[in-house]
Amino acid sequence: MAIQNNRLTKEQYEANFADIHPPFENKTAAQVEASRCLFCYDAPCTKSCPTHIDVPKFIKQIVTDNVKGSAHTIFTSNIMGAGCSKVCPVEKLCEGSCVFNLLDEPPIPIAKLQRYSTEKAMENNWQLFERKNSVGKKVAVVGAGPAGLSCAHVLSREGIDVTIYEKESKGGGLMTYGIAAYKVTPQFCEDEVNYITSIGGIEIKYNHELGKDITLSQLKKEFDAVYLGIGVGVARQLDIPGEKLEGVVDAIKFIYNIRANGYPSVPVGDKVAVIGMGMTAIDAATQAKRLGAKQVTMVYRRTEKEKPCTQHELDIAMLDGCEVIWLAAPQKIKGSGGKVKQLVCSVMKLGDPDASGRRSPVDTGETFTLDVDMVIKAAGQVPFEKLIKKSRLDNKNGKIVINENCATSIKGVFAGGDAVNGGKEVVDAVQAGKDGAKAILKYLAP
Amino acid sequence: MNGASQRKFIRLNVAGIILNNLQTAYSVPTENKTIMANISSNFLGIKSPNPFWLASAPPTDKKYNVLRAFEAGWGGVVWKTLGSQVKNVSSRYSAVDYGGQRVMGFNNIELISDRPLHINLKEITECVKLFPDRAMIVSLMADNDKKSWHELIKKCEDAGAMGFELNFGCPHGMTERGMGAAVGQDPEIACMVVEWVMEAATIPVITKLTPNVHSVVPTGRSVVKAGTNALSLINTIQSVTGVDLDTLVPNPYVAGKSVFGGYCGPAVKPIALKMLTTIAQDELTSKVPISGIGGVSTWKDAVEFMLLGASNVQVCTAAMKHGFRIVEDMIEGLSNWMDEKGYKTLDDFIGKSVSTITHWEDLDINYHHIAKINQDKCIHCGLCYIACEDTSHQSINLAYGKPYNTYTVKDEECVGCNLCKLVCPVDDCITMEEHRVAPEYINWIEWQKRGLPLNDH
Repeated sequence: MAIQNNRLTKEQYEANFADIHPPFENKTAAQVEASRCLFCYDAPCTKSCPTHIDVPKFIKQIVTDNVKGSAHTIFTSNIMGAGCSKVCPVEKLCEGSCVFNLLDEPPIPIAKLQRYSTEKAMENNWQLFERKNSVGKKVAVVGAGPAGLSCAHVLSREGIDVTIYEKESKGGGLMTYGIAAYKVTPQFCEDEVNYITSIGGIEIKYNHELGKDITLSQLKKEFDAVYLGIGVGVARQLDIPGEKLEGVVDAIKFIYNIRANGYPSVPVGDKVAVIGMGMTAIDAATQAKRLGAKQVTMVYRRTEKEKPCTQHELDIAMLDGCEVIWLAAPQKIKGSGGKVKQLVCSVMKLGDPDASGRRSPVDTGETFTLDVDMVIKAAGQVPFEKLIKKSRLDNKNGKIVINENCATSIKGVFAGGDAVNGGKEVVDAVQAGKDGAKAILKYLAP
Repeated sequence: MNGASQRKFIRLNVAGIILNNLQTAYSVPTENKTIMANISSNFLGIKSPNPFWLASAPPTDKKYNVLRAFEAGWGGVVWKTLGSQVKNVSSRYSAVDYGGQRVMGFNNIELISDRPLHINLKEITECVKLFPDRAMIVSLMADNDKKSWHELIKKCEDAGAMGFELNFGCPHGMTERGMGAAVGQDPEIACMVVEWVMEAATIPVITKLTPNVHSVVPTGRSVVKAGTNALSLINTIQSVTGVDLDTLVPNPYVAGKSVFGGYCGPAVKPIALKMLTTIAQDELTSKVPISGIGGVSTWKDAVEFMLLGASNVQVCTAAMKHGFRIVEDMIEGLSNWMDEKGYKTLDDFIGKSVSTITHWEDLDINYHHIAKINQDKCIHCGLCYIACEDTSHQSINLAYGKPYNTYTVKDEECVGCNLCKLVCPVDDCITMEEHRVAPEYINWIEWQKRGLPLNDH
């Protein structure tokens, strides 16, 4: 057993990481599906979208061959509509509430249709929004992820000059660095960032990290307002013995490496354990398998009923051949020669509901041992607590506290997205960015 | 292929499950076999195994197509119109698509047969010989003089035609030459031509009416008086199916130009049914049999035409879209429906709905029905609500829900217009429930006479 990279041929990597949701082949294919849409009034799909995309309208516009209008409808509500069409867990959002589900018929493939229109817009570089003349106000946005970009786009449309500070060398945030490569490619993420910023009035300063290259007080001085969309970054520690052994990696870094460095360069074990059952855990497990791991076992301390990922995502992992052990909590990682050899887990049972309303796992005292050479930690992410506390922002366990106007405890500083909610979907961050921009516009209004 | 045996359907009752089996070869238990409805048709003595004829059009232009049609099971054909030699253009057809479906409506700018007369006549003879049990009607449009008509009639009868259909309806190309719709639009000219025909014809004559008039009845009456043995309707409706938004030239495109084409297909069926009814209700025109034409695509369409007075139907667009195989389901569907309703022969139901179309003044004002939404079936699409709220009588209540709203009918506001039921995508989710205002029948004239109140809501 060993951890190694370069396990597969170029062709195998390409096949394993090919687009999991291929687009419509052509216009006819899109229109056949679009024509099925009933054009619901006060549509459940729209209500189930955190950004409230007018889904029936954009689908109708595909039917009428007004693809430009369709893309405009989508981007008006969600400037990352292209990326969201690839990464949204639509089975629990728009498609999950499509009325066809109530007829036991397949829902309208909303994401695929959304991809159809938005991809066309990006391919043709359709400029669907016009920036108002500069009003002479400057806003700094920290983080070029979904929240920051969405906020910046709304502000720029209103004539605000926006500067985005991004610690990475590319924009897109977790979209670029934290999602399985078979959903979105790094190239797509880059194209999307460029498309969003092509409206003008948005400058992205890459490799600028808050707390390192810039400070909040500096930004406050130089700009009329600041928006913090810094996300969450640090993987939750397991706080168990053996966590420092070689072969223990955090899922965010693991996925980041796949996306930043390419498939062949990322080492993976023969037998991999993935801890957690969220979307990131799934993305880590499936990608470990697709990188050539012989066996991938997902370990989760509750049961399938409480799993944070969607059934659709779990199905992807199962179809990839990943195994799942429910009611198992990691207790310690055993190693030899400094390398991971075994994962010891406690067998859990469900107790009383916790704060989230889910029944919490209780240790039964029994254990079992898995022979593994790699452990991927995907037990959630924690906020940049140190940075936030250093910046003297009101926070709750590192999550920035904002009021109903998206304002933080520091005047002129606003925040939203994962940094506030602790980590939700891309589409939630996009909405947070819109809300933040609206609040900033109100704040800056003469 | 023996078409007659193909139409022998065996109904099998296996463990209480009714199975319809087209292929007798597969039928195992035969002891429960019941005799099916007789769908054979007799139109002016012209017999066909079923009431489905192919209309005079491209599908009936030559032996090759007609033999394929007969093999597929069509009861008869009306051979594409014969007359003077013409020449056609390219392109010839265009269509209207709707709701993701192709060819809801269809139009053409083809003329009558552009093949030499002697070839058509020779092939007619060959088809009749191969399929003597099928109806062979020949559509005619001679030049506008008696001699031409008489000569053409003679040649076609000699070729084996069983009946004629006079093309007084073609709306394009031929009208400019004083033929087709130009004849059908003028009752006097139509009368004159029919008189010429009746002098010479020794086989039944059907006159095909053009819909490009405000009413088909005057020409219908005129040609019945002149002696036509039957009527058929409708021919195609003058139309422009659309304009190409790139070339800015309407369809169909012929070297940068277009012309009005004859419209047909499912889109024209309601108009055809209306015109058919006026002929079926007229005292004079109702005395002759009618062959129904206009958007017939399924057995249901055919039954509707027959209920409104057609003795048989003619089909074209549906066959042009799907091929001749569609007749299989038309035969089976008609037969099953007749069995269900207990009709033994076509005559048992032909014309049965004619008298139910009345004058507005005769409608019962005390009849009232109210929409009811079945909450178990409702999928919360809101289409009933928005239709009623925006465009009708604000009779549906919306109770907000996330993501699903609940919709209920405000009984006291509902006028019973049917709109919600019509737009509802779920079968039988919205039903119209009868709530009579009063038990007795009263019509508008009587209502006025008694000075009863007008709108009470």
